[in-house]
Amino acid sequence: MSQSTEAAALSSLSVPFRPGGVADGSASLAMSEDIARATQPQIENSVLEARDFCLWYGEKQALKNISMEVPEKQITAFIGPSGCGKSTLLRSINRLNDLVPSVRVDGDILFEGESVFGAEVDTNLLRKRVGMVFQKSNPFPKSIYENVAYGCRIQGISHRTELDEIVERSLRSSALWDEVKDRLDDVATGLSGGQQQRLCIARAIAVEPEVILFDEPCSALDPIATAKIEELMKELRHQYTQVIVTHNMQQASRISDFTAFLYLGELIEYGPTKSVFINPIRQQTEDYITGRFG
Amino acid sequence: MTRHVDEEYDHIRQSLLRMGGLVEEMIENSRRALLDRDSGLASRVIGEDRKVDETEKQIDELCHGVLALQQPTAVDLRFLVAVMKITTDLERVGDLACNICRSVRDLHGEPPFGAYGEAGALFLAARRMVSESLDAFLRRDADLAMEVWRRDDEIDRVYKRFVRELLESTQSDRQAVAPTFQLILIGRSLERIADHATNIAEDVIYYVQGVDIRHAETDYGSAKKGV
Repeated sequence: MSQSTEAAALSSLSVPFRPGGVADGSASLAMSEDIARATQPQIENSVLEARDFCLWYGEKQALKNISMEVPEKQITAFIGPSGCGKSTLLRSINRLNDLVPSVRVDGDILFEGESVFGAEVDTNLLRKRVGMVFQKSNPFPKSIYENVAYGCRIQGISHRTELDEIVERSLRSSALWDEVKDRLDDVATGLSGGQQQRLCIARAIAVEPEVILFDEPCSALDPIATAKIEELMKELRHQYTQVIVTHNMQQASRISDFTAFLYLGELIEYGPTKSVFINPIRQQTEDYITGRFG
Repeated sequence: MTRHVDEEYDHIRQSLLRMGGLVEEMIENSRRALLDRDSGLASRVIGEDRKVDETEKQIDELCHGVLALQQPTAVDLRFLVAVMKITTDLERVGDLACNICRSVRDLHGEPPFGAYGEAGALFLAARRMVSESLDAFLRRDADLAMEVWRRDDEIDRVYKRFVRELLESTQSDRQAVAPTFQLILIGRSLERIADHATNIAEDVIYYVQGVDIRHAETDYGSAKKGV
């Protein structure tokens, strides 16, 4: 070892090493320069847009001036530690937060250019166009067939042949058809957890939404069932705009095209998933995804 | 938050620096073997190569373990990618030092030959590039890595001059042909060692800045992360 290398090695021994520690030279410039780009990636064909969106639960502000666009027919992941506001942001998109009495919002969320908070907005229609799959699968206590057909019946479709087609198409799209085609009249709650979650996806897509929101859809599933849901999301990526909230960063990196990192109600970084996970712009993002906090 | 995995990263870093130290010593000893006409030292350098090869395998195994078990991201991932590429370059530098020492032994079978030209300067410049690229890695110093990267052209110029002067000397002295051939081989190995140091510098810049400057026509100012 040269004297200089040796001296540097010895001098560094007193400081615990980590790959992302303080650097010499200009290495820290990337973190200190203007970071506007960190939250504004190039989005073509945006379908959802948050504009300075704020949300309060009573006195507590849960979302602070979130501005971002969600691209059409791609998968966007929201990541961040518990309480960062990612599920609140997701639930604001189809106004599920309306059901919480103390909620107050400011700013706006646009869906295809129209505010989702407009006085004329029919929330039932909004939630048909923007479907949702929850953390815990929640099939109705009905048959497999009726679970998928339910939303269509509400919309007034009653013709059996048409319903049969929709049920089969939806179950095929959610990769469940082969497993349940011979027992469509069985009660849905008898399915495994993973199958129930895919049934919920089938139920969501039966009404032909444009956007599907996933709120930690795999957190209660084993790795095989999780892999099936992830494969299914990839299969569906060119048909639907998908937004997923996940605590599992490997899941976000595996399946999403864009990743948004939220922390304490703020959008810290938003960009193509590969950039965020290989070369994040902001130190907070790096610290979170490398497990140094969170 | 301190992470247990940081101990593994530190172990990898220390192992890489130990490998770098071995390789730098091989370059220095091959220089001394040439200038002191010491064939015994040349043989010892060749024997050292096994240690370098072993260390490369050990470091790669450590990196594979972290990749498989920790699923690193961001700077952790770039660190591991850079280390695995740097070990390959250092291993090649070790092989080139062995090639130099083989030429040194062949050269010593010839009558004494005085005109080593700029061989000493090439040795020092190549070793300095290896040393500074490793310092840049250790300090996470992208500026120093960039300096090393820019210096490669300078070494190329010295090497070309070295070859030209040696060839000129063979015009008047036909007995100089065989030793000149060996010296050109030595110069060629040193020029390639400098190329490997340049690769290491590129890996350091990728690790620190996340910018890939390989095959860039100008310096990384134009490729630098536009934040």
